[in-house]
Amino acid sequence: MLRGKQTWWFDQRPVIIGAATVVGPDEGEGPLAADFDLVHPELDMQQKSWEKAERLLLEQASDMALQYAKVNKQQLQFYVGGDLMNQIISNSFAARTIGAPYLGVFGACSTSMESLAIASLIVNSKSADYVLAGTCSHNCTAEKQFRYPTEYGSQKPPTAQYTVTGAGAAVVAQDGDGPIVECATIGKIVDLGITDPFNMGAAMAPAAVDTLTMHFNDTGRTPGDYDLIVTGDLATVGHAIAKDLLHRDGVPMEDTVFGDCGLMIYDVQNQKVQAGGSGCGCSAVVTYGHLLKRLKQGELKRILVCATGALLSPLSFQQGESIPCIAHAVALESPLHG
Amino acid sequence: MIPLPAPDQYWHNCVSIDAYSLKRIYEEAYIIATKSAGQTKYKKMTMSPKEYQNFAKSREPARSIPGNCAKAFLVGGLICVLGQAIQEVFMYGLNMSKQDASNPTVAVLILISVILTSFGVYDKIAQWAGAGTAVPVTGFANSMCSAALEHRAEGLVLGVGANMFKLAGSVIVFGVVSAFLIALVYLVLGIEGGH
Repeated sequence: MLRGKQTWWFDQRPVIIGAATVVGPDEGEGPLAADFDLVHPELDMQQKSWEKAERLLLEQASDMALQYAKVNKQQLQFYVGGDLMNQIISNSFAARTIGAPYLGVFGACSTSMESLAIASLIVNSKSADYVLAGTCSHNCTAEKQFRYPTEYGSQKPPTAQYTVTGAGAAVVAQDGDGPIVECATIGKIVDLGITDPFNMGAAMAPAAVDTLTMHFNDTGRTPGDYDLIVTGDLATVGHAIAKDLLHRDGVPMEDTVFGDCGLMIYDVQNQKVQAGGSGCGCSAVVTYGHLLKRLKQGELKRILVCATGALLSPLSFQQGESIPCIAHAVALESPLHG
Repeated sequence: MIPLPAPDQYWHNCVSIDAYSLKRIYEEAYIIATKSAGQTKYKKMTMSPKEYQNFAKSREPARSIPGNCAKAFLVGGLICVLGQAIQEVFMYGLNMSKQDASNPTVAVLILISVILTSFGVYDKIAQWAGAGTAVPVTGFANSMCSAALEHRAEGLVLGVGANMFKLAGSVIVFGVVSAFLIALVYLVLGIEGGH
């Protein structure tokens, strides 16, 4: 049901009954390594192309998510997913393997929460019992498509971000045991004219601020109602900007813990990732790997994940266009309460 | 409207086992009853695009231009020293003239660059060295080799063949165009081109 202007309130309380994450070597060396279900030691994962490796990540993550949820492929009714590749090919090929009716979505790095919100909406409207939401990204496919060949020696500025190699998938169900999807705020495109693709954090920060503000206004909640609020992949530069913008607008973010998945996944000081992580996989693996576990254990009671996406194409920024950005927020609640 | 007690007061009265669910439902009812949902509690961002762009610019971490220049000078210089050493080896080791030695020297530098690129080392050095590894002939070799490696998956013709000059192509194009313009200048001034 719609609450306020752009928030879906899930009154049937859909549950994430199983989730899995698969990551690459750099994420495996990061501080959250223990929370991931599978860590690949090599970037190529013994595949013939980077694209095939990315697809493998998602296939493995969705396979494991279904196993954890104890749902077989025949029971799965819909699959919702997207990625960063042109024509979201990683998801189309993974959906071929999964074999369920498929909705492909594109929200760049916000796809994780976009697909989770749609999956929850389908379940909440009783249109399905089990829906899978998934997304993936690979550092080398993103470099190849959006920047330069992976081995090309170009110097990256400190504002650049490092695309996460990883995939996350979650099974949303009518009922069961697991964290509850409470509500989702769907974002609008916000574009304040940033044209630098090496500073996507700054480009996306206003979109995150807009969605968070709308979420609080729509739900009547305040930041203090959440134990943790995370943005998707704003990284060092963008997250600090978002913090300042919210402070300027009088949103009391000091009442909660305000973090960023792009800063949580790597040891930004010691790993060579410039400003921090980015990519579809970033918020997906941090949320489905790390945060869901903390919700399940009751360490966190209620969190808000605001995944951010820069909806640029290699063509659009070469033609000098600015970067249209978006953010989708999903509120998750611990199954342990009281 | 009947005034509702605040959620916290109600919470004290909840003793049933499903107290949490009741509390949650009550909180929802409270939010709707007090009409705080859907209200503009926090105002929206009011910066104009121009203001924001300046603000974002001011938040970029500073990059040291002298520092980057020094690193580029050091690494670029070292590559040239290496080239000179290779040339000396060809000249004194194999008794070549200076002119004869220059072609194999460049070939050796290109080979080193291609090997380092293939082992995934060149881009790591370049992140530190910047223009130092981009400007010498090794940078040109790296741009071609990296593109060829990257597009091998798309086949030899449409992949390697079509993409190898993806980055180096513009160097060739602008090199030829500027050489043509300089040749025109020489022609107009009547200076002899031959060396």
